[in-house]
Amino acid sequence: MKILVPVKRVLDANVAVRVRPDGSGVELANLKMSMNPFDEIAVEEAIKLKEAGIASEVIAVSIGPVQAADTLRSALAMGADTAILVKTDIAVEPLAVAKILKVLVERQSPDLVIMGKQAIDDDANQTAQMLSALLGWPQAMFASQVTIDGGKATVTREVDGGLETLEMPLPAVISTDLRLNTPRYASLPNVMKAKKKPLEEIEADSLGVSLAPQLKVLNTAEPPARKPGSTVGSVAELVEKLKTEARVL
Amino acid sequence: MSILILAEHDNSALNPATAKAVAALSSLDAPIHVLVAGHDCRSVADETATLAGVDKVLLADNPVFANGLAEPLGDVLLELAPDYSHIAAAATSFGKNVMPRVAALLDVMQVSDITKVVSDTTFERPVYAGGAVQTVEATAEKIVLTIRASAFDEAQRGGNAGVETVSFVPAAPKTTFVSREAARSEGPDLATAKIVVSGGRALGSAEQFNALLGPLAEKLGAALGASRAAVDAGYAPNDWQVGQTGKVVAPDLYIAVGISGAIQHLAGMKNSKVIVAIDKDPDAPIFSVADYGLVADIFEAVPELTKAL
Repeated sequence: MKILVPVKRVLDANVAVRVRPDGSGVELANLKMSMNPFDEIAVEEAIKLKEAGIASEVIAVSIGPVQAADTLRSALAMGADTAILVKTDIAVEPLAVAKILKVLVERQSPDLVIMGKQAIDDDANQTAQMLSALLGWPQAMFASQVTIDGGKATVTREVDGGLETLEMPLPAVISTDLRLNTPRYASLPNVMKAKKKPLEEIEADSLGVSLAPQLKVLNTAEPPARKPGSTVGSVAELVEKLKTEARVL
Repeated sequence: MSILILAEHDNSALNPATAKAVAALSSLDAPIHVLVAGHDCRSVADETATLAGVDKVLLADNPVFANGLAEPLGDVLLELAPDYSHIAAAATSFGKNVMPRVAALLDVMQVSDITKVVSDTTFERPVYAGGAVQTVEATAEKIVLTIRASAFDEAQRGGNAGVETVSFVPAAPKTTFVSREAARSEGPDLATAKIVVSGGRALGSAEQFNALLGPLAEKLGAALGASRAAVDAGYAPNDWQVGQTGKVVAPDLYIAVGISGAIQHLAGMKNSKVIVAIDKDPDAPIFSVADYGLVADIFEAVPELTKAL
C-alpha cells in the first residue's frame, strides 16, 4: 500500500509573527521556516503504518519554492521513501493545492493520502476536504486514531462534542489532529541518508492547474490590542474588582 | 444575491453557532435560507424558522443525513447551490468538515473562519493563530464561507419563516458512521458559555484538574476549558481544548488557571471580554492579555476564590 503525504513549509511555530507596517503581509524574510506541525503528524502516521507492515511506500509531496525541498528532506529524514517537489513561487491557495495533489494522486495511485488538518500560517483547514471531494474519495478529517485493516480505514475523529468514529473503504483522505501521535525527531544518520533519497522536481505550471489566486488579500493588519491589565495582590481584591470594576460577577 | 446557511444540530436542537452565523450575514441585504439536513429533525427546522433574519428553512429529512457525514451534506448543498450567491456555515468542527467540499466542487476558494463581514465580497479573517488579521476579497462568482461563531452575537428569536421540504436525496456515502463518544460534560457548552474556567499543565493531573477547577466552575455556572498542554497530558478531554486548533471562545469572563499562555492558546481566548489569569510565574505570557492577573500558587488561590464567591 502506498501513502501520499503532502507537507507545507511554513513560518516556524516558535517564531513571533510580525506584520509588515505597510499592510502587505507578514514578515517572512530570513526567518526560520519549518514543516507545518500537523503535517509532521501526518508523516509520522504514514511511517508508523510502514513500520507496522501495512504500508509499503511513503511519498512526501510539497508545493512551493525551491526551499520547500528542505521540508521534503525533513520528511525523508523522518522515514518517507521518496519526495516530489512541485515548484512555484506563487503563494498557492488551498483549492489549487488540492487540484495539484489530485493530479499527483492520479499519477502515483496511492491508497491513502494523510495530511495535516490545517497549516499554521493561513489556518484555512480546507485542503484535505477539497482533495477528498475532487477525488470522490471518502474523507476522515481531524483524526486522533487511524486503523487500517483489510482495505478499510477506521478513523476516530476529534469533533466538538467529543470523538466520532467512521469506517471507510480505501482509497481515502485522512487529515490529522494533534492527538494522533507524537512525531519523531530524525536521527543524524537518517538526516544524512535522507540526502540520498530520491527527490523529484516538477514545475507547477506543467500540471495544467490554474494557480491564479481567487482571494485578493487587501490588507494584513495587527490584531486589535487589548488594553493593558493590572495585577491584583490577593483573591479578595480580585473578587472585589470583578464585582465592582469589571462587573462580570 | 441570496444566502444559504447549513444548520448544525443533533436532530433535536439547533446549535447556537448557527444562530450566530445567521446574525453574521444578516448585515448583507439578501434573503437568508437555512438548510436543516438530518433525520427526524422537523423540530430543528421549526426552531430555525423562529430565528430573526431567516427568510426560509429548507428541510432535508432523510436517514442519509442522520449522523452529519460530510459527503451527503456536501452533495445536497451542491444541489441547492445554483440558487445562491453565498453558501456558509459556522466554523465549528461540523462546518469545517463539510464546507470545503462544496467550495472545491464549485471550483471556488473557501473564505475560512471569518470574524467580520465588511461587504458582500470582503471579509476579515485571522491568520497565524490570530497573530495577524487579513482583509480578503472573494473574486469568484460564488462565495463559500465559514464563520467564527464567537465573533458574532446570536440572532434574536421572533422570526416566522416558512419551512420547505428538499426532496433531493444524495447517493449513499462510502463512509459508515460507527459511533460517537460524548466527552464528559456537566454544565454549559464551552463554545457558548458566558464564563469559562480553563486549566493548564500546572494542574498536574486529571484528578487535581477536576478537584480544583470543578467546584469553581460549578459555583460560577462556567464551562471548563483547557490548554493544549493539559489535553495532551490527559488532564482534560480533547474537546475542551481552547486555542488555534481547538475551540475559539469569547465569553464575558475567562479565568485561566495555571496556563502559561502560548500564542496558540491566546488565539483561542484573547477576545474574551474580561480575562483573569492565575499563575505562579509572574513572567507567564498569559498575563500580557489578562485584565486581572494574580501571581499566586493555584492550589491555594483557586480554593480561596471558590470560597469567596
